[in-house]
Amino acid sequence: MLKKNIYDIYRAHQNQLLDGFPEHVKQLKKTAFDAFQKNGFPHNRLEKWRHTDLSKVLDHDFECYFEPEKKHIDIEKIFQCELPEMDTYTVIQYNGWFLSRYSDLSKLDNGVIIGSLNQAFKDYPDIVQAHFGKYTDINSSAMQALNTAFAQDGIFIYVPDNVVVEKPIQIINILDAPHNAFVQPRNLFVVGDNSALTLVHCDHSLEHKLSLINSLSEIYIGENSFVDHYKMQNKDADSTLLTTINAHVEAASTIAANALILNGGIIRNNINVKLNGPQAKADLKGLYLVDKHQHVDNQIFIHHAVPQCLSNQLYKGIIDDQAGAVFNGRILVDKDAQQTNAFQTNKNILLTDEANAYSQPQLEIYADDVKCSHGSTVGQLDPDAMFYLRSRGICEHSARMLLMYAFASEVVQTIAIDALKERLDNMVTKRLKGELSICDQCMLHCSEKAPDFLRMDIKPLV
Amino acid sequence: MLTIKNLEVSIDDKVILKKFNLEVKPGEVHAIMGPNGSGKSTLANVIAGREGYEVLQGDISYKGKSILEDTPEERAREGIFLGFQYPVEIPGVSITNFLKTAVNEVRKHKGLEPMPAAEFLTLLKEKKKIVEMHATLASRSVNQGFSGGEKKKNEIFQMAVLQPELAILDETDSGLDIDALRIVANGINSLKNKDNATVVITHYQRLLDYIVPDFVHVLFDGRIVKTGGKELALELEEKGYDWIKEEVEM
Repeated sequence: MLKKNIYDIYRAHQNQLLDGFPEHVKQLKKTAFDAFQKNGFPHNRLEKWRHTDLSKVLDHDFECYFEPEKKHIDIEKIFQCELPEMDTYTVIQYNGWFLSRYSDLSKLDNGVIIGSLNQAFKDYPDIVQAHFGKYTDINSSAMQALNTAFAQDGIFIYVPDNVVVEKPIQIINILDAPHNAFVQPRNLFVVGDNSALTLVHCDHSLEHKLSLINSLSEIYIGENSFVDHYKMQNKDADSTLLTTINAHVEAASTIAANALILNGGIIRNNINVKLNGPQAKADLKGLYLVDKHQHVDNQIFIHHAVPQCLSNQLYKGIIDDQAGAVFNGRILVDKDAQQTNAFQTNKNILLTDEANAYSQPQLEIYADDVKCSHGSTVGQLDPDAMFYLRSRGICEHSARMLLMYAFASEVVQTIAIDALKERLDNMVTKRLKGELSICDQCMLHCSEKAPDFLRMDIKPLV
Repeated sequence: MLTIKNLEVSIDDKVILKKFNLEVKPGEVHAIMGPNGSGKSTLANVIAGREGYEVLQGDISYKGKSILEDTPEERAREGIFLGFQYPVEIPGVSITNFLKTAVNEVRKHKGLEPMPAAEFLTLLKEKKKIVEMHATLASRSVNQGFSGGEKKKNEIFQMAVLQPELAILDETDSGLDIDALRIVANGINSLKNKDNATVVITHYQRLLDYIVPDFVHVLFDGRIVKTGGKELALELEEKGYDWIKEEVEM
């Protein structure tokens, strides 16, 4: 079982894990494993993990991928076309490794670098070493420590000063493993001053085995810049997806992170944002639609370290059957962070008696000139609204559909890219109707040749 | 069209309507008046099929058939419309989308194809005029952030689009200023014809200056204690409800 084997796995592959990295990174990775080893995998007795149980997953054996796949992978064959109405750069991560189609690391005309993090350590050591591991606290999170210890590759994106990357960069995470797979991608996104970047991140499985993904993305945003991050999670029930985004935001810059969670086994998304310069802004939104035994957990931490920053959190979910949802939103306002505005909303609709939601706001405010608000609700569909709709001739099923769609659309309607908004809106509608297949995954249109298991039966969310 | 016989209704074990009788024929306008707590809204809700009301005795029949077993949507599709005293705000559902769904579900029930989009938009445009509704209002979420007057106009707008045969208007005049009252009343009047019927439930007489009823019923303590013509409403306005109370108690 992974819970016990992880130490042996690490020792057996320690050389590979450290190979090729600069000395101080090697040191960081070793320290990270020590930090992990202190307490091991997280368990329910920890306050932060009280409502999300990994123990069953960790009882299984998993295989890790310590080197990139050598055989030729014809990715164009797997993905026949991309989102037709949306022009994107596509980068592919294959079992955690950057999959090179042309070269491991490309530098575009405008100075933007996209490619393998592993390669970037060699080609751009100055940029990478200035940021790698700098926004991650290995002592606060076992999973982040483990990711750091095992980090070998992932996506590296560098946007220099004064560059607006017009096309969104779409990161497709493919898991293609004949056995249970444990992968830990590590991404680094560095955006300079006066620049903008849009990232669309999605996960895709090609083999129907147990999977455990523990990904970590560090994002550095210089001054007066904008990063728009979209995450789509539409996985099978045998997937456990643990993701972390650690964002460091300098003055007058914005991070916007949107998560759309439509299916999965266990999904836990951590977003940690440090607002480090005046007028920095974090705009975080999430929508989760879960049923059966699915479990989704959003852990948000916003650190207002300086004055005059703004943070907004809007997380909404519809929970059916025996599914569960956890929301933990922590806002920390430092003593000097005056004129902080921090807002948080979490709303849950439970469709059955067995569905459950835990919502926990945590405000720690040490400044005195602060506007903060938080609101969380857990409830059912409004019976008055149901009667109102039905009294106009709309059947119960359609009335529920209308209300759920309306509830969900508050999150979707704020998406800035029209093509993406339309696409996601469509996915949410299909999901609510129970017509969404795993093949509707993000921007991929692979459905013509989709293996049968991807056509799994997802029942309506009503 | 609507026959209510010997109806007894309770909510949370409290009996609200007792031995209630009413007969409404096509082309008629009935006004039901009564003091607070007399059972006016209960009557409206129980006809429309709201949950939580228990019918202990009696029957409601519509077009010759009992509707007590029917769901609210079944009643609506058969032509019953309830104008709400407190229209519900539904964030995220636009009036247009809401009405399109309603119109097409009613059409489906009648074995008709969904209404073509162009035809539907023309219908909306035409009906908006009836209640002098602002052109952009229909793209907004149902009742969200509407003023009291806009909410009530929106009720009559929906009625105009759905063209019910029996409209039960629950305190449609409450919360309206004099201009809105005139617009709403004109709307109701213009929808009137010989085949449909209207039941106006109200506390005050002033709506009846605009909508002239064929019958005025006084509801008191869960039953109709007096029925008359439109002059009864004026008498109530003049003397108040105490006069009825005294008469009933005697």
